[in-house]
Amino acid sequence: MTEIFGIPIQAFLGQLLLGLVNGSFYALLSLGLAVIFGLLGIINFTHGALYMIGAYIAWLSLEKLGLNYWWALLVAPLVVGALGIAIERGLLRVLYKLDPLYGLLLTFGLALIFEGVFRDQFGVSGQQYQVPALLRGSTDLGFMTLPNYRAWVVVASLAVCLGTWFLIEKTSLGATLRAGTENPRLVQGFGINVPMMITLTYAAGAGLAALAGVLAAPVIQITPLMGSNLIIVVFAVVVIGGMGSILGSIVTGLVLGMVEGLTKVFYPEASNIVVFVIMAVVLMFRPAGLFGKEA
Amino acid sequence: MNKISKTTTARALALSALLGVAGAAQAQISGNVIRIGIITDMSSVYADIDGPGAVEAMRMAVDEVGGAVNGKKIEILSADHQNKADVAATKAREWFDQQGLDMLIGGTNSGTGLSMATVAAEKKKPFLVVGAATSALTGAQCTPYTVHWAYDTVALAKGTGNAVVKAGGKTWFFLTADYAFGSALQADTTAVLTAAGGTVVGSVRHPLGASDFSSYMLQAQSSKAQILGLANASGDTINSIKAAKEFGVTKTMKLAGLLVFINDIHSLGLDTTQNMYLTDSWYWNRDAEARAWARKFFDKMKRMPSSLQAADYSATKQYLAAVKATGTDDADKVLAYLHKAKINDVFAKGGYIRPDGRMVHDMYLMQVKAPAESTEPWDYYKVVDTFKGESAWTSKAETKCPLWK
Repeated sequence: MTEIFGIPIQAFLGQLLLGLVNGSFYALLSLGLAVIFGLLGIINFTHGALYMIGAYIAWLSLEKLGLNYWWALLVAPLVVGALGIAIERGLLRVLYKLDPLYGLLLTFGLALIFEGVFRDQFGVSGQQYQVPALLRGSTDLGFMTLPNYRAWVVVASLAVCLGTWFLIEKTSLGATLRAGTENPRLVQGFGINVPMMITLTYAAGAGLAALAGVLAAPVIQITPLMGSNLIIVVFAVVVIGGMGSILGSIVTGLVLGMVEGLTKVFYPEASNIVVFVIMAVVLMFRPAGLFGKEA
Repeated sequence: MNKISKTTTARALALSALLGVAGAAQAQISGNVIRIGIITDMSSVYADIDGPGAVEAMRMAVDEVGGAVNGKKIEILSADHQNKADVAATKAREWFDQQGLDMLIGGTNSGTGLSMATVAAEKKKPFLVVGAATSALTGAQCTPYTVHWAYDTVALAKGTGNAVVKAGGKTWFFLTADYAFGSALQADTTAVLTAAGGTVVGSVRHPLGASDFSSYMLQAQSSKAQILGLANASGDTINSIKAAKEFGVTKTMKLAGLLVFINDIHSLGLDTTQNMYLTDSWYWNRDAEARAWARKFFDKMKRMPSSLQAADYSATKQYLAAVKATGTDDADKVLAYLHKAKINDVFAKGGYIRPDGRMVHDMYLMQVKAPAESTEPWDYYKVVDTFKGESAWTSKAETKCPLWK
């Protein structure tokens, strides 16, 4: 059996593939964050909580309404998007005139509140969510057995990421969006409703978080803590990729997922912190992030 | 800076002398209140097995004696250590120094258990540790003030480790939580299974509260061991078992959950966990007395109590009984009484406390029922074997505790 860096090549490839799966998760989550920050300048700490709420909506809609996974993929982003509209209209809008720090504190506080409410209701041991029937089972790839559901996660995440990137960077809607956030007065002068655009962008970011939550539900325990466990890593991903860059966060998410996966093989105790070590290094040499534009 | 006049100084000294004397006279029950506290994980991975349910269990014990002992009110304090040893130690210190805490109950997370034990020994106050598992609490780090009430990593290793090896699981791969508890559990289980003729072919450590175990599953599979030993707890165990099922590890390896609580089984469901062996100190459906107490707990908390929550109740109840019998909350007198007492309540029968601080009682080897065998919600276990008294714990020959030589 051939070995690479001391472990059999089969195991190595398997870990790389798993890293890709996790990376596509990071990419999807950091996408929503990058959209909100890149376009609106809001550091959205609520992102992890919205991801968690998305997963809970998937579980609740199955338990109480009998809606299956495929419906949840549609319903959860819509519901959380509506929640996002409420948050932006009701709370964030008030703080735009002030220091951006206030927005950060507000979103952080909201995250704690959401987490607390769900923890009070559901406890922390978590809920079970079954993999949808269509995606059950696994495929033997030779070097490892990959559960079909994980393959679906990669495909779905990448499709959504690329679709969003295309929408923002290559379409006229995206162009309007980017213009509206760079120079709202001018764009408003053209008759475009900039405040509504901003609200809908925040809602879209929230919807992306919820979508990631639904994708995650069958894989990890649905607990109130699932968001806070992940959100710090996602922030690091966005910072490394460049806070304003959509493509940056997608690419970085994938690469870091793989780096983390390999760390789990060679030095698992460090797998929690490797992303932050990379972040520290990147910030030292390129403060704007790998793909970011210098402010 | 004002100069303090001589008169003021004299007055201050006189007052403190008076207070000192008055304090000594009141030393029977310090501060006229019996203050007991618990510092545990209230909001994170271990919150369900102990957490707010532990406070409720303590409250049940306090209510049973009518909220007071010998006319002195009982007060319960609780705090969240967030699984951080320094937060736990700081809180314990603050309570002992500023709040007049008389007795501390130790919650989950062995790192915090060890740090709080140090503080309690320094302050010379009783520390009844329930949630933490590491055997070091009654081993190398034993103190005259620590009593390890419910379970420890040695008992888990002897129970589940032996049972699995006897059932044919000779080669093991460990998935270990990377902190005090995981290392202790892996070390104690390794000792037990090598003595029983097994071997450890590999191991991997994961961070506490890791969300994704897929990578570790691959490593476990490539080790070709028969048994995947899960030296972790609660949320981590649940995620490990889920991942093991998803990646087909359960097709080629058997899972040995070295620390499993009923909340974990409830969360995973019997389909996934049936036939799994586990060792625990108490089960709500063990006998009529346990059932009755558990139903009272269920009415308040809407879930069945874990063994830890029953132990929190027991520790509180026995402490209050000791305070009543000795007429004081003086730490040394109460501990002396407890060390001589027989522990008989819903949690333990015929229990007693050894010189190393270990509360000796029966442990149970249990097996998770198949879905068809379960007659009601939370009816998950069948008792396969009982480890009576001393057989479950570290023996005098093996102990590293300098107090028990």
